Formats: sequence, structure tokens, C-alpha cells
Amino acid sequence: MHIKYTVKTAFRGLTINKMRSFLTLLGIVIGITAIILIMSLGQGAQNLILSQIQSMGPKVIAIAPGRQPQGITDMLSTFTDSLKEKDVAELQKKNNVPHLAEIMPIVFGSQTAVYENEAYRPTILGVTGLFTKIYNIYPSEGRIFTDEEVKGYADVVIVGSKVKDQLFGNDSALGQRIKIKGKNFRIIGIFPKTGQVSFLNFDDIAIIPYTTAQQYIFGIKYFNRIVVEADSEENVNRTVNDIKITLRNNHNISDSSKDDFFVETQAEALKMVSSITDIFTLFLAAIAAISLFVGGIGIMNIMLVSVTERTREIGLRKALGATGKNILIQFLLEAIMLTTMGGIIGIALGIFLSFIVSFILGHYLALVWQFSIPVLAIILGLGIATLIGLVFGIYPARKASRKSPMEALRYE
Amino acid sequence: MTAIIKAVKLEKTYRDEIETIALRGLDFSVEKGEFISIMGPSGSGKSTLLHILGFLDRLTGGDYLFEEKSMNDYSDEGLAQVRNEKMGFIFQAFNLLPRTSVLENVKLPLLYSDVKESLWDEMALKAIDSVGMSHRKDYEPAHLSGGEKQRIAIARALVNNPSVIFADEPTGNLDSKSGSQVMEILEKLHIEGHTIILVTHETYTAEYAHRLIKIKDGLIEVDQIVEQKHKHQNGFFK
Repeated sequence: MHIKYTVKTAFRGLTINKMRSFLTLLGIVIGITAIILIMSLGQGAQNLILSQIQSMGPKVIAIAPGRQPQGITDMLSTFTDSLKEKDVAELQKKNNVPHLAEIMPIVFGSQTAVYENEAYRPTILGVTGLFTKIYNIYPSEGRIFTDEEVKGYADVVIVGSKVKDQLFGNDSALGQRIKIKGKNFRIIGIFPKTGQVSFLNFDDIAIIPYTTAQQYIFGIKYFNRIVVEADSEENVNRTVNDIKITLRNNHNISDSSKDDFFVETQAEALKMVSSITDIFTLFLAAIAAISLFVGGIGIMNIMLVSVTERTREIGLRKALGATGKNILIQFLLEAIMLTTMGGIIGIALGIFLSFIVSFILGHYLALVWQFSIPVLAIILGLGIATLIGLVFGIYPARKASRKSPMEALRYE
Repeated sequence: MTAIIKAVKLEKTYRDEIETIALRGLDFSVEKGEFISIMGPSGSGKSTLLHILGFLDRLTGGDYLFEEKSMNDYSDEGLAQVRNEKMGFIFQAFNLLPRTSVLENVKLPLLYSDVKESLWDEMALKAIDSVGMSHRKDYEPAHLSGGEKQRIAIARALVNNPSVIFADEPTGNLDSKSGSQVMEILEKLHIEGHTIILVTHETYTAEYAHRLIKIKDGLIEVDQIVEQKHKHQNGFFK
């Protein structure tokens, strides 16, 4: 066998019907694109989740009002007023939750902040000084508010980098006063550019004492979240249980199915995020599998057509000395070259699309998203494409190789 | 002198839904350097005979010895190898590969040979030159006339320097002028020492041969030496 000429012959077979070859490739292209997307975005999601564990810490437990949402549409059920100041007081008692190290209530909402002629609408978070410790984010300028300021309904605010940029541009913001819902707040700190962490964009927040937020901004007496930190990672599960028991006692709930709150640990939040990415991966994997299978059938179909069309050519080659094996290899190589070409296009398209997705996630959703193409994805993509050519090409190629030189020449 | 081709009670029966006896026991032999034409009405079995002599089809009875070795001793791969190294084929429908240059078409048999790739161009150009088509070596078949196509097909049959050239109605798709040119090339090859077996139903082409075998109903009806009318008269190559 002369390899160079065998490849050349197979390539010529494909170029005779360029359009047909290209259309046949589409299924393979889509399938391989999906594989590249799965692996690239999967890697990105994993990186993102890992960076979140690192920023939040595994000891953090979040308590939200309402029952646990069963899906996106169920999120409204968390907007209830079941978490109050009294719950915080009960949870703080050592005999109720012995392994509780820190506790911080949170209220949040969106409000317009005004400085002179500039206005911007950040997410307002009412918290305590523990915010920096729990979320592991510290002001790059100024400071966080003290417990006294929280108790005293102080009019102080720490703003995210984007909020600062929108209101002050390049001017200094520290010590300036901004108006939120008609009330003046003094800027005592500015957060560094951080991006999205967990479900918050830290560049787009303004944090104030929760007391001030409840009283003057939102006019409510309840909390949107209570965040608890356990004294150690080992005690997280026990603390979760203690919290549930304490809150049920406090809310006079005897049946756990009637809970008007739910408790979530970082591990659970992580599980939820990864279950979403799992669904996404499964979805793309299904697309990949279906389109690769359909694409493979398409390849087989077009190769069968090609074998029939080229009966005369096959006969001629055999008459001139080609063995069945020569013909088998020629047609198998055509199928493999076809699917491999589809694989290469799919890989290029997959890289391009995952770059776009990364760009959108990074720039518009401010996620800390890293664009990466695992080498394994490229090898896998090429490998699968080649394998499909082999699997779906073998039957037409065998059919071609079995044609008799004489029968083939008789064909008109 | 030993026979290059020897048929001994050669039989061929097709067994599809109905049994068809195509050849009923043929005995003849061909010496090296002979130019034989095989004639017969359609259905006489002449094409079947050519297929078997050309190792394209198996026989069902008797024996066929090519260069003193029985066809039955060859595997399918072995038959392919003999076709590639010892036989050249010229077909009625030319059977050139479309969108492939003359040079590449002529090289085709070498693809399946043991000949080193570095020699291919030289061998192909020599074969093209011997049919007077050097000026067309980069053309594609679509741009050639019928006569030119058949001359390229002859070059392809010659490229591996075969022992026997089989021609199946080589002038069947050509006008008489192109047909004559093709026949004159075959005649020239014969003079150069090639063994040629020609299947035809046209008397004027058969007359180029030195021996005529007529087949009817699967049997040899006539096997005779032919008087040379055409010999070097108005010859293309003089």
C-alpha cells in the first residue's frame, strides 16, 4: 500500500461532492461542538464553584425565610417576614446553639443612591461589621462599621467599586455624603473590584447597618437572611440541627414539613449549583450523543450512496489490481476523513462558542470566570469523530470491497 | 514455445435463479506475442470468456492455466496481483477516472503494485508517449475526444508492462476514424511483441488480428489464422 496515494485517493473522493460532504458533516460538527462546550464550560463552572468555596468558607450557614424553594418559580415563597430580631436573640443563646461562633442578619433590596447630579441603583445590603469576615472581603480604602454604629442606627455606608465609579468617577469618594431614599449617608469605606461571588456582585453593592436599613430604607421589621458561622467545620451539621430546633420552638412549629424557614450550608449550596451544572452537562451530552448518532447514520447513508454511484470506479480499480482490502481502506479512509474534518470544525466552533460564553459571563454577569479549553476535550473530540467514521464507515466500505470487478464493469 | 494462456475444457455456468451455461468446454492456447480476436454474436459467451481469461471471474469447470499456473491455485488477492502485474485491460467505455489528470489516470495500476513511487511518473510518461498523447498529460478526461480517451486507456493498460493486453470492444464507442487509430496502436503494440486478446463484433477491427476465434453458444466454432489485409497499409505508424 502506498499511504500517500491512498490518502490522496480518499481525499479526491470527498472533493468530488464538496457540498454533499459538507452537509453530511453538520451532525458531527454539532455533536463535537457540544462536547467541547461541555468540557470547557464544565471546567469553568468548576473553577467558579471552587473559588466560591474559598471565599465563603465551609463554616457559613445561611437561614432564609419561607419554605425551601422547589425551583426557580418557587423563589417567591422566600419573601416572607418569618425571620425576626427575636430569632437572632434565641440563636445567640449558648444553650440553644452551642457551636455558633458568629451571627449576622441581612436585609437587602434595591434603592437609588444620589451624589450631586449622579444617580445609581445598587443593591443595598443591611448587615453588621461581620460582613467582611464572613464574605472575606475588606475595604481597600476606609473601614467597616462598628457594632456601636449598628446599634446606633448610624448613617454610614461602604460602597462597591462600580458604585463608586458611577457616582464619583475618578474623584475621591471617602468621606463624601450620598443620599439614599432621601437620607444622607457618609461613605466610610470602599470595596476593591471583586466581581461576582456566590449570588452577589460585590462591585455593585452598598452596605449599611441593618438597623438603619430596616428603619429608614426598607421600613421592615424582619430579615431577608440570617447568616451563621459555626465554630468549626465538623460542627456545621450539628449547628444546622440546633438552628432548626431553636427556630421551630420559637415559631411554635411541631411538624418539620410546616417550616417557615430553611437552612442552607455551603456544601448544600454547592450541591445545588453543581446539580444545575450537571443538568446543563447532561443536556449538552444528550445533544452531543443524538447529533453524533444521527450524524453517523448520515455518514453511512452518504457513503452507501457513494459506493453505489462509484460501482464502475470500484470495478475498474479491482480490474487494475486493487484487492478487496485496498478498496475497503479507501472507503473507510474517506468516511474517517469526513468525520475527522467534522471533528476539527466542531472543535473550532466549540472553542469559539465557549470563548463567547466566557466573555459574556465575565463581562456582563461579572462572574470570576476563567476561559479554558482542556486538551483532553480536543483529544476526545477528535477521537470520537474518528471513531464514528470507523463505526459508520465500515459497512459501506465492506460493501464496496465485495463488489466484483466484472459486475462493476458491466454496470451501465 | 510454451503457451501463455491455456484453456482446458473450460466451462462456465451461472447459477442464479435459473442455470445458464455460458461456456461448454473450450480448448485452445495462446502463445506469447499472438494477436487474437474473439468474435461471436451477443450471448455467445465471448464476454464471459474474456472475464475468465482476464482473471475477473472464476470458471466452474475444466481448467485455465495462465503462464502455466492454474487459476484455481490463486486466492482472490492472488488474482488481483496477477491482474495488476501481468495483465492490461482496455474497456469499451474507457473507464477513466473523472476530474483526474491523464497522468494520474495512467498511474492508477501502479497504486496497487509494488513498484516504487519514485518510478511512477517516469513509467506513466513513457506509456503516454507510446500512444502519442504526451501533449495531453495534464488534461482531464472530460476535455478529451473519445479516441484520445481510449488511447489514454491503452497507456494505462501498458504502464505496468503486462504479459497480455485484454481489449473488450475497444472501438465500440468510437467513430471509424478514431477506431482505426486505436486499432493501429494495438497493431503497433503487437509488432513490439505484446500479446493481445481482442473481443469485438466488428469485422474490420477483427481483421487487425492474426488469429480469429469465433464463438457460438459457448463453443468454439472457428479457430483460424487470418490473412493480414491491414498490415502496414495506410498505417498510422509507418
